[in-house]
Amino acid sequence: MTDLHAAGLRRDERLERWKLFGLASPAILLVLVILVIPVGWLFYVSFVGADGNFSLENYERMVSRKSYLRIFVTTFQVSILTTVLCIVIGYPLAYFISQLPTRWANLCLVTVLLPFWTSLLVRTYAWLVLLQKQGLVNQWAISLGLWDEPLKFVHNMTGTLIGMVHIMLPFLILPVYGAMRAIDKDYLKAASNLGASPRRAFWTVFFPLSTPGLFAGSLMVFVLCLGFFVTPAVLGGGRVIMVSMKIVSNIELFVNWGAASSLGVVLLALTVIILWIASRFTRLEQMAGGGH
Amino acid sequence: MLNWLKSPASETQVTHGQRLWLYLFAAVIMMLLVLPTLIVIPMSFSDSQYLEFPPEDWSLRWYRNYFGSAEWMQATATSLKTAVLTMLVATPIGVLAAYALHASRLPYIRAAFVLLITPMMVPVVLIAVGAFYAYVKLQILYTITGLVLAHSLLAIPMVVIVTGSALQGFDMNLEQAARSLGAPRWRAFLTITLPQIRFAVVTSMLLSFLASFDEVVIAMFISGGDNPTLTRNMFNALRDQIDPTIAAISTIMILITTLMMVLVAIFGRGKT
Repeated sequence: MTDLHAAGLRRDERLERWKLFGLASPAILLVLVILVIPVGWLFYVSFVGADGNFSLENYERMVSRKSYLRIFVTTFQVSILTTVLCIVIGYPLAYFISQLPTRWANLCLVTVLLPFWTSLLVRTYAWLVLLQKQGLVNQWAISLGLWDEPLKFVHNMTGTLIGMVHIMLPFLILPVYGAMRAIDKDYLKAASNLGASPRRAFWTVFFPLSTPGLFAGSLMVFVLCLGFFVTPAVLGGGRVIMVSMKIVSNIELFVNWGAASSLGVVLLALTVIILWIASRFTRLEQMAGGGH
Repeated sequence: MLNWLKSPASETQVTHGQRLWLYLFAAVIMMLLVLPTLIVIPMSFSDSQYLEFPPEDWSLRWYRNYFGSAEWMQATATSLKTAVLTMLVATPIGVLAAYALHASRLPYIRAAFVLLITPMMVPVVLIAVGAFYAYVKLQILYTITGLVLAHSLLAIPMVVIVTGSALQGFDMNLEQAARSLGAPRWRAFLTITLPQIRFAVVTSMLLSFLASFDEVVIAMFISGGDNPTLTRNMFNALRDQIDPTIAAISTIMILITTLMMVLVAIFGRGKT
């Protein structure tokens, strides 16, 4: 009798759990229909040749044609440079903010969050306006005598990098700041009491403790850069062609689904590999949520 | 001042003077983070064909240009409609999903969670191309319905993460108490749980609105015809020329974003 009762309760509980789980079904359905199935189809199309049979020609094209190789080189170049610049600029800033009392730190964080919230397109446009030939930067620099001729900052790699770094910085700063805030200041006090110079205390105690945040932030920036489209398209002016832009032009201009989808598959594979590596070290939601 | 420079700046022996470079560096970077965007605002009030700062003559001509253009107005209406609908679609289904993952202790929840945050990880170009293909088949290309679905997809990971972390800080025993007193689960959720996580829900709404309102790449593919979005038209205009009307539109977009943030600060303030 008691056994029956227990079995019944267990069944009820299992049913209850499934019912609860069912509440997630609208969201799961949406992801399946709009994302998983179409991307799965792209995966399939990438292995179909021009004659409609299975073939690897879309991937062979990527390896054999110089233009495709150049696109991948550019993509990695932009992504690596942006990530490095973000680390060089973002880490000291995050450090600075983490050393402030909470009230001041929150105020400074607003300067990081404000651009984070502002439309990407608006920010890219702002840089276009500032950096163009007759733009503010050139005007001011020439009137101050820094240089004589207007320098070319946009429609090239320089402009792309400036815009990308500006857009990616919050993605690096927020997780790094989160990691730094969590460091117990007594460790530094201890290092100092034991005779470490400030420099030594920083490099042997503080920096290693902040690396998980730095690692998560850098990988996030790198992954986002790999698939980026808007900023290089506007600030690169056609001279900086990244994978995402080639995918778009393959469809918009050439209506070549095979070429576009194979590029997409490679881009996705790279993203998945990097995120997988990252997930061995940090929780994905922490990377995505910026650690706040 | 001199004393301050020599006073210790942290737990180690470093002084403020030795750190002066860091303070200067941080100040410059924080200015560079904020000012470039804000400088568009005064520029949009310039009378000149060329964007200048500070403007020599002030005027509202670019705003007149924007508000007088049927094309821009239609695009703005599409964007606002899509953003509001995305907010109304993505928030409830995202909150439900977050609640389901939190309350149901099935072994599949980790997989479901990863699935729900994939839209955040997959390059957006790929989502756009995939949606373009799917919408041709479903015959919802260039419709607001299609836009709302795709933008909701983008918003769901944010809603799930934000609401999920709020639920982790919520004591489910409170809901259990309500249920043991006879409230059905939905009522316990609405009257006990939801008020506790309202800050996260309001934040989710804001994030969904902005995710849709600012989105460019997907809109490039699946909006058009009678329903192009504001960002799509802006992007196309940017590729061709630097039209000062865009500065006016940018200013309005900054205003809308700021307004949303203020609204959240007012209505979303809670104990959390």
